[in-house]
Amino acid sequence: MSDIISVKDVSVSYFGKQVLEDVSFEFKSGNLIGILGPNGAGKSTLMKAMLGLIPKDKGTIEINSKPLKVFRKKIAYVPQRSNIDWNFPITVKDTVVIGTYPLLGLFHRPRKEDKEWAMCCLEQVGMVDFADRQIGELSGGQQQRVFLARALAQKADYFFLDEPFVGIDVSSEDVIIGILKKLQSEGKIVFVVHHDLTKVKNYFDELVLINKQLIDAGPVQKVFQSENMTRAYERPVSMLSDLGVEM
Amino acid sequence: MGFLHDLQTYAFLQKAFVTSIMVGIICGVIGSFIILRGMALMGDAISHAVLPGVAISYMLGINYFYGAVFTGILTAFGIGAITQNSRIKSDSSIGLVFSAFFALGIILITKAKSATDLTQILFGNVLAVRSSDMWLTLAIGSLVILVVIIFYKELLVSSFDETMAAAYGLKVRFIHYAIMFLLTLVTVASLQTVGVILVVSMLITPASTAYLLTNRLSIMVLLASFFGALSAIIGLYFSFEYNMPSGPVIALATTGLFLLAFLFSPKQGIVFRKIKAFNRKKLA
Repeated sequence: MSDIISVKDVSVSYFGKQVLEDVSFEFKSGNLIGILGPNGAGKSTLMKAMLGLIPKDKGTIEINSKPLKVFRKKIAYVPQRSNIDWNFPITVKDTVVIGTYPLLGLFHRPRKEDKEWAMCCLEQVGMVDFADRQIGELSGGQQQRVFLARALAQKADYFFLDEPFVGIDVSSEDVIIGILKKLQSEGKIVFVVHHDLTKVKNYFDELVLINKQLIDAGPVQKVFQSENMTRAYERPVSMLSDLGVEM
Repeated sequence: MGFLHDLQTYAFLQKAFVTSIMVGIICGVIGSFIILRGMALMGDAISHAVLPGVAISYMLGINYFYGAVFTGILTAFGIGAITQNSRIKSDSSIGLVFSAFFALGIILITKAKSATDLTQILFGNVLAVRSSDMWLTLAIGSLVILVVIIFYKELLVSSFDETMAAAYGLKVRFIHYAIMFLLTLVTVASLQTVGVILVVSMLITPASTAYLLTNRLSIMVLLASFFGALSAIIGLYFSFEYNMPSGPVIALATTGLFLLAFLFSPKQGIVFRKIKAFNRKKLA
């Protein structure tokens, strides 16, 4: 079955300051979508609004014409690395086990099979050998892989990742993009907040380009072109190509 | 071994003993979550803010429990309201609200009762624990422990990654206020033993000690409870044998345990870190 996530006329403001204005777009199952835009464009805000984590001034976010709230347990979220307390007393394995919580519901503890499933997810990101380490002992890329494993453990249909490629090593990057592509081929919908323009074409098939307002949304070939980019980044394209971005 | 003999002989000492241990345990349990959520100051605030509640209860002639819980919760909401509806940062709004409550409490209590009572409430007098206090502490303690066991999973995920918890539908704000409520209960239960001013040492220090010693939350909670109970017993001992106020002794005992962990913890202790660094230098 094919799902459709649709964002309609979403506006968000903090203390009277408009952060997002009338953003609308729509995506189907089996897509890996990059949310792109300059610093302060409202990328993370858009993701948080989509997840219902912050109040909206107006607009709706629906999956198959039903409010997103209905699908909460089918949604996996990978936070920005800077939002996590890496000194928290928790091991890699227990972090991934948290991914099984939404399906367990209240009053149920993770059982043996939940823990085995968590290990299976750790295996997929190549982090089994680190299962008993405290999460702060890992490198940035390894930490990101562990949180991706946690998202996998949720058996979700919709994935939301906030800046997963920031400050990570090449091999972790390969592992993560491999898994995201696999999720895409399984018919999931994956949203990724991203700000590095250099690898956009390698990573994504679809893009949402924003700078407070929606600049454009759709296939990479259509969205990722100089006129759009100039509008989004409010500076000449030549400077963008100076930064090593191929258009 | 005079203390052990007296413990078997005197009923008042037994009550003090049981109460101290329970207070130590629940302070360790709630304290662990408080420090992991970055709410150590909140613990300080709530503990001070129960004072006007205690005073009002005296005036009305009701159990101090009701008044204390009322002003404790009021403080939690007051701080939340200021932080969310203004540009004031949370540490400032905490300081702002609790100092007001504390000041009000001191005025009310000097009006309501004699100065000796004030000293007891501020600094604790574990030897004056009555049967009703002991039962109240045991009831609160059982409730706190039960809630933490039943909702351990939710407490863990909301403390570790609040955004994920909210994304899958947990009511994180409700959990925050539920923890504030438990914190208030724990503070009220600790009034007799450590007193208002030093409850914070029982909340923060044993949990911090445990934090240095383990990488697992469940073990941290157990260790914190153990250190809390141990400190409380030490406080009781000195209070009984040398006629010292129990609160300050307990606070210093928690600090002593913390210093041991700070220096000698295998993973985090500075002594072992220095030794490791020294060996590495020697090899290089």
